[in-house]
Amino acid sequence: MDVSKKKELQALAVRIRMAALEAIHSLGSGHIGGALSICDVLAVLYGGEMRVDPANPQWPERDKLVCSKGHAGPGVYGTLAVKGFFPYEELKTLNRPGTRLPSHCDRNKTPGVDMTTGSLGQGTSLACGMAMGEKLRGRDSRVFLIVGDGESNEGQVWEAFSFAAAKKLDNLVVLLDWNKRQLDGWTEDVLSMGDYVEKFNAFGFDTVKVDGNDVEALQGALEHTRVGNGKPFAIVMDTVKGAGIKEVAETVMNHSLTVNDEQYTRWMAQLQSELDALEG
Amino acid sequence: MEIVYNGEMDKRACKEVLGRVIPQLVKEDPEIVYLDADLMSCIGTLKGTRDVADRAINCGIAEANMIGVACGLASAGFKPIVHTFGPFASRRCFDQVFLSAGYAKNDITIIGTDPGVMAAMNGGTHMPFEDMALYNTIPGATIIDVTDPTLLESAIRQCVNRPGVKYIRVGRKQYAKVYAEGSEVPIGKATVLREGGDAAVFASGIMVHEAMKAADILAAEGTQISVLDMFSVKPLDEEAVVEFARKTGAVVVAENHNRHGGLYASVAQVLCERCPVPAACVAVEDEFGEVGPQGYLQERFGLTADHVVRQVKAVLARKG
Repeated sequence: MDVSKKKELQALAVRIRMAALEAIHSLGSGHIGGALSICDVLAVLYGGEMRVDPANPQWPERDKLVCSKGHAGPGVYGTLAVKGFFPYEELKTLNRPGTRLPSHCDRNKTPGVDMTTGSLGQGTSLACGMAMGEKLRGRDSRVFLIVGDGESNEGQVWEAFSFAAAKKLDNLVVLLDWNKRQLDGWTEDVLSMGDYVEKFNAFGFDTVKVDGNDVEALQGALEHTRVGNGKPFAIVMDTVKGAGIKEVAETVMNHSLTVNDEQYTRWMAQLQSELDALEG
Repeated sequence: MEIVYNGEMDKRACKEVLGRVIPQLVKEDPEIVYLDADLMSCIGTLKGTRDVADRAINCGIAEANMIGVACGLASAGFKPIVHTFGPFASRRCFDQVFLSAGYAKNDITIIGTDPGVMAAMNGGTHMPFEDMALYNTIPGATIIDVTDPTLLESAIRQCVNRPGVKYIRVGRKQYAKVYAEGSEVPIGKATVLREGGDAAVFASGIMVHEAMKAADILAAEGTQISVLDMFSVKPLDEEAVVEFARKTGAVVVAENHNRHGGLYASVAQVLCERCPVPAACVAVEDEFGEVGPQGYLQERFGLTADHVVRQVKAVLARKG
């Protein structure tokens, strides 16, 4: 990856973090940790990897994203706002009465959201059906599925992964957000899930593990998924829950946090200086 | 639509209808996909779908995933028909149906076979007395309690093109013949099978036949009852309920389901709000299922013509 592309994607990731923070601060609290951990992959996906058109969010030939960890909605909305799927100012309506930006992703409300999620695990099967649908329609569209590591406690996730491999859904890319924390604390303590790479391989996936907060590593892993080989792909993204805002990342119980005006101002200034450095 | 009820069984088992109609629909309409959870052989669809195997998807024994996959296909514009046994088509995957299908507006048709006592030899674990109660709570859902093979075919053909979550509960065996072959029976409208002024029996599924037998027994004693086929449990034909409650002043509801949350609950709601009259039900009391031949189970859970007769007499006594 050339330096300018890398900087461009890093800057996009910062912008997405700023947008997510904007949305969560406007409300005063939200699912900040798990939204921040996926901002880098969202930057890579919407910064070029995915075939999408912000002016035509229902374009049938587009690639689709299922954010099965639906509570990361603010991260997804931040991305879509930055990319122009809807006005940036609308981020401040998060969870307000009548909003198009509910806490959890809703395909019937938000331009650019491809699937409704929130009850953990369900997005995995939906993504399998969507990937199968693309194949039946003879389209070369891909389906990207973001799954939380805590979410993978759900049995349905593994039903879906079995299905994806059995039905050879090689247009499906699973992006496991291995941020190592869930609502009640460390995933190792709540319900240890073992080695994800071994699990995915055993389930019949073509699997790689990368630094999930490194746009270059993510881009490299995704390039490998562009040509179907009869197997679904899994990228185990080694991430930090709360990545990009040090204080959030260092708060162990950071699934959902309040964000006051002082924190917002300080964190925004930090992100802005990162952005200036990248774009300067 | 032509009614041909004479108390005799339809020669066709519903399994044959499912085994013919589902493959036919998949072949007729390229937008239709059929998903099953390792029970294709049980409804005779395994062979008939071999040449359209890409749209006849065996999901294995994983019902929650199957519903999600069907919903994903619906989001790609397909019209999925999903089948498994009734308890697995309702309890086992309820959150997936509620959210991935209902809430997310991914329209799918779900066929749950062997409802209530029709699960017979599979016993209590396979005997859904609560499937309609669950589906009743899904906003905008359609619930069809199948009366006979003709209605089954008509219902499937309507459901695949109908918005929302559609649930069809049907036994694989024979039913008494009610509708002439080829009849189109519109969803949302009750069918008046018999008119009498003393009481009205609103029945669905296998209980339609029991209600019709009860009507003969009562007629011989000088009591004339109306019998309506309420196959469309949701949407319910509320106008028919009010009309016949007013005409007769006494109501019995008969269903192969728990008395909570099914047809009786829905009819009672309408009566309560719009036309309070003495009412009673012939339904399963607050109990789990058990194993045995269907005839035994109908006696055991009180789902026979004699029970209908008894309840009609009870409401007539209250009518005064």
